[in-house]
Amino acid sequence: MEHQQYRLIFKHVDQPDYSNDIECYIKNGGYEDLKKAVGMQPEAICQEVLDSGVRGRGGAGFPAGMKWKFLDRKSGKPIYLICNADESEPGTFKDRQIIHQDPHQLIEGMMCAAYAIQAKLAFIYIRGEFYEGYQILERAIEEARNKNFLGDDILGSGYSCDIIVHRGAGAYICGEETGLIESLEGKRANPRIKPPYFPAALGAYQCPTIVNNVETLCDVKHIIHMGGEAFSKIGTPGNTGTRIWCVSGHVQKPGYYEFPCAGVTLGQLIFDVCGGLKPGRKLKAVIPGGSSAKVLRADERFKGKLKDGTDFDWGVEDIPMDFDSLMACGSMSGSGGVIVMDDTTDMVEALANINYFYAHESCGQCTPCREGVPWMRKVTARMCAGQAREEDADLLMNIADQIAGRTICAFGEAASWPVQSFIEKFKDEFIQKAREQAALRNDGKPTKIETTLI
Amino acid sequence: MSIPDTVETIAINIDGVDVQVPKGINAIEAAKLHGKEVPHYCYHPKLSIAGNCRMCLIEMGMPMRDRATGDPVMDTNGEQKIGWSPKPTIGCSTNVSPGMHLRTNSTMVKEARNGVTEFLLINHPLDCPICDQAGECRLQEFSADHGRGVSRFIEDKNVKPKRTRLGPRVTLDDERCILCSRCIRFSQEVAKDDVLGFVDRGTYSTLTCYPGKELANNYSLNTVDICPVGALTSTDFRFKMRVWFLKRTNSICTESSVGSNTTVWSREGKIYRITPRQNDATNDTWMTDSGRGLFKETESENRINDYTIDGVSEDMEIVAQTAADLLQQGKVALVGSAHNSVEEQFYLKKISEYASASTNIIAKTGDGDGILLSEDRTPNLRGALLNRLITELPNAAADSIDSQIQSGAIQTLFVVNEDLTSLGISQESLAKVSIIYFGSLANQTSKVATVVIPTLTVFEKSGSLVNQNFILQQFLPAIPGPKGVISDVLMLAKIVEKMTGDTIEPVTLTMIWQELSNTIAEFKSITWQKIGDEQGIQINPRAFLDLPFVESKNLKFDPTAFKEANSTALES
Repeated sequence: MEHQQYRLIFKHVDQPDYSNDIECYIKNGGYEDLKKAVGMQPEAICQEVLDSGVRGRGGAGFPAGMKWKFLDRKSGKPIYLICNADESEPGTFKDRQIIHQDPHQLIEGMMCAAYAIQAKLAFIYIRGEFYEGYQILERAIEEARNKNFLGDDILGSGYSCDIIVHRGAGAYICGEETGLIESLEGKRANPRIKPPYFPAALGAYQCPTIVNNVETLCDVKHIIHMGGEAFSKIGTPGNTGTRIWCVSGHVQKPGYYEFPCAGVTLGQLIFDVCGGLKPGRKLKAVIPGGSSAKVLRADERFKGKLKDGTDFDWGVEDIPMDFDSLMACGSMSGSGGVIVMDDTTDMVEALANINYFYAHESCGQCTPCREGVPWMRKVTARMCAGQAREEDADLLMNIADQIAGRTICAFGEAASWPVQSFIEKFKDEFIQKAREQAALRNDGKPTKIETTLI
Repeated sequence: MSIPDTVETIAINIDGVDVQVPKGINAIEAAKLHGKEVPHYCYHPKLSIAGNCRMCLIEMGMPMRDRATGDPVMDTNGEQKIGWSPKPTIGCSTNVSPGMHLRTNSTMVKEARNGVTEFLLINHPLDCPICDQAGECRLQEFSADHGRGVSRFIEDKNVKPKRTRLGPRVTLDDERCILCSRCIRFSQEVAKDDVLGFVDRGTYSTLTCYPGKELANNYSLNTVDICPVGALTSTDFRFKMRVWFLKRTNSICTESSVGSNTTVWSREGKIYRITPRQNDATNDTWMTDSGRGLFKETESENRINDYTIDGVSEDMEIVAQTAADLLQQGKVALVGSAHNSVEEQFYLKKISEYASASTNIIAKTGDGDGILLSEDRTPNLRGALLNRLITELPNAAADSIDSQIQSGAIQTLFVVNEDLTSLGISQESLAKVSIIYFGSLANQTSKVATVVIPTLTVFEKSGSLVNQNFILQQFLPAIPGPKGVISDVLMLAKIVEKMTGDTIEPVTLTMIWQELSNTIAEFKSITWQKIGDEQGIQINPRAFLDLPFVESKNLKFDPTAFKEANSTALES
């Protein structure tokens, strides 16, 4: 069965004759929406975005229009817009494609958003590893500035705003919005405590600030183009617009695929769109929203009630790919990074790999995350190194429970959810590992098995 | 603890009990007011909120209201439902608001605390047996209260440097550091010397100084005080003494007119360290490093231990009589000191009256740092003024004394702990007069003195001092003075007795304060007992407001505001 993609944001991505310079962008109708936007009342744009129901594409899925509403406009302080292009969630690679192949779409979306919230200045915080993306953006911004799409008195509207591109120095935590702001201000990227430091009131330089994901800001352009109501018709109520799914792992055709929310099921995405698994392999598990999302086991069944009251009874392959359905299944759509694991995957090693990442990336500010996550890494690393104990599964679960919900930022959850879900769903493998090693030890054989763990 | 009537209070509920707390304080302080401890490491009442230790996690709930109508949501008992936050919240950054409900000891809170405690301990070296902080360590205390007693951690602990020199007085044991950032915030916010910071990430985060700088400011040892664990240690105190052996005595720092409240830690007649004692009117919870070192004076090689006449040890009665005789011969000048206590100055004033002496004090000034070191480097100039020992501010020179010696107007000098030669009076001049030297340290003046009377340091006697804000504060003896040396007040009283022939019995500070409160208007109804009971008594400064005091604005003193506040009080 063929599933037609709905390419809204990736409309021009991968087109052979499409280049990322401004001439090509304008030729394809670019910056018309900015012209339209600056002719509108800023409040009207905010209303359109609210009506569109667009939810943040960075991970949390919070309605962007609502976020904008929280802006403290009475403080008299300047308002800042920050584009979060840190794209650091393992398994996610959509923002990179937008920046590389269609940077002007992002700039146009940003200027529309900046105008809507009347930002004094806009920033793009791009991860340090995206050096090429940074150069592309700098060039694109220069092109746009020359054509007065940004800078002083944009298109004669009287509104002025510029974009500053700021490169990160390679830290996952800079994707957390308050950590990002700290980093942007030139400090260590230690996330701020909330309350009181909600960015909408006390963000960059203690001024009201909006931080949106690259994809979300691109959506703003399309909302202005088609109107909030038309945008809200894409997908399902509460899950509007398209989403770019970045599929990686044990599939035949990994890559990025854009569909309306709930436009495909997880099974269709894996087996039809991505060409299924390698021959002879069976699906074992899927992480549907970047490595911090809870893992789904292939033979699980999900039953419950959706927000609108309808009952559902799904296998993994039946889950519609949208925000609410994945949440109803106990995981999340997150940043759209779908990681597929087949039956060759050793779940202990997979978790060890994830733990290694989060232990490395913990900023170290607050205790549970700083101490707990490296502890989990040490436990899983030890298990892989041939010293697994049967009680380690429960220990890991307990450590994760002591972290989640008790940290300054959502990193605590991001690092705990994989552990909690891996143990909950694959506990037998963790115990089995210990037993196998014990048996090997009894036989006088080495228990350490070579792994590809980085 | 009671809340003053002037503070606006709100009603909140802590662990099921409705209580009143001051508006705007945080949950830790609110709970503390009602006898509930919310354990915490990174929170410090005098520093900004960091919220990083996560030890003070509590449950917080607010009365529920209907989102649409705004009406209160009631439960079946007709009481407003409480919407509890699903996750625990940190007490340090939760400011109380009307109707707020707090749970400081629920299952969720206990689990959170136990979790944080376990996390803090997994990489902790657990070297309490050799750690200076043992006995006053928050981690040790809370581990006893909230720890599991056994470790589930079988992995290798992180290894970090054990003795990093952060500055001349502070040594860091990195393995013990729990990264609470108190020291960093203190350096930024109070000491205004932003040299500390973390480098590296996650569990490898390390406290360090900015490259090329060191923690050398005059407040560096406060970081040791506020360190909740044994990470920052005083290089001077390190490995010297277990804190539980030390006796604590309330004292006042005599370094400058700020009058920081201090605790002197001593054992068997030896002082080991001085730490600040909280007093929000004088020094918050801080003091200078330089003030902490003043106790070394008690062990000085220059210490005078004997009563002597012409260099020969004599019985103190004879010495007192000789001094009295000299003083009664007339043409006496008294060089008093703003280092003396109010009580000593009271007797100096009597001596000066009975001897018809001219009275001087030598001003001691230096640069102020705008924090807790004021320009006036004496602790009790205001006391001398209140005693009317002097009526004008002293100057730093002794020229008039010198010229009066030359002219023969002075024949006897009563010198309190002052080296006149350092003030430009030559040895030849001093040879022309009889000197009674009253002091603790030997100097060029004491060497040529006829009568030498040893005195005690502030650590060896009791008394009171009046600081820059005219706050009267008490200090008590931490250690005994040199053998056979009686207190300054007793000796001065003895000299007065010998001069007048009256017997003053018994000379106690209580008795002196009865007389002080009767004779000096500003001291009316003050007793020695009361100075101790109340942490400082505000003295009426009106009679002295027009004097050009040298102190400029510092942490707790603003000359303009002080003058304004007290003159308006006069008008009203």
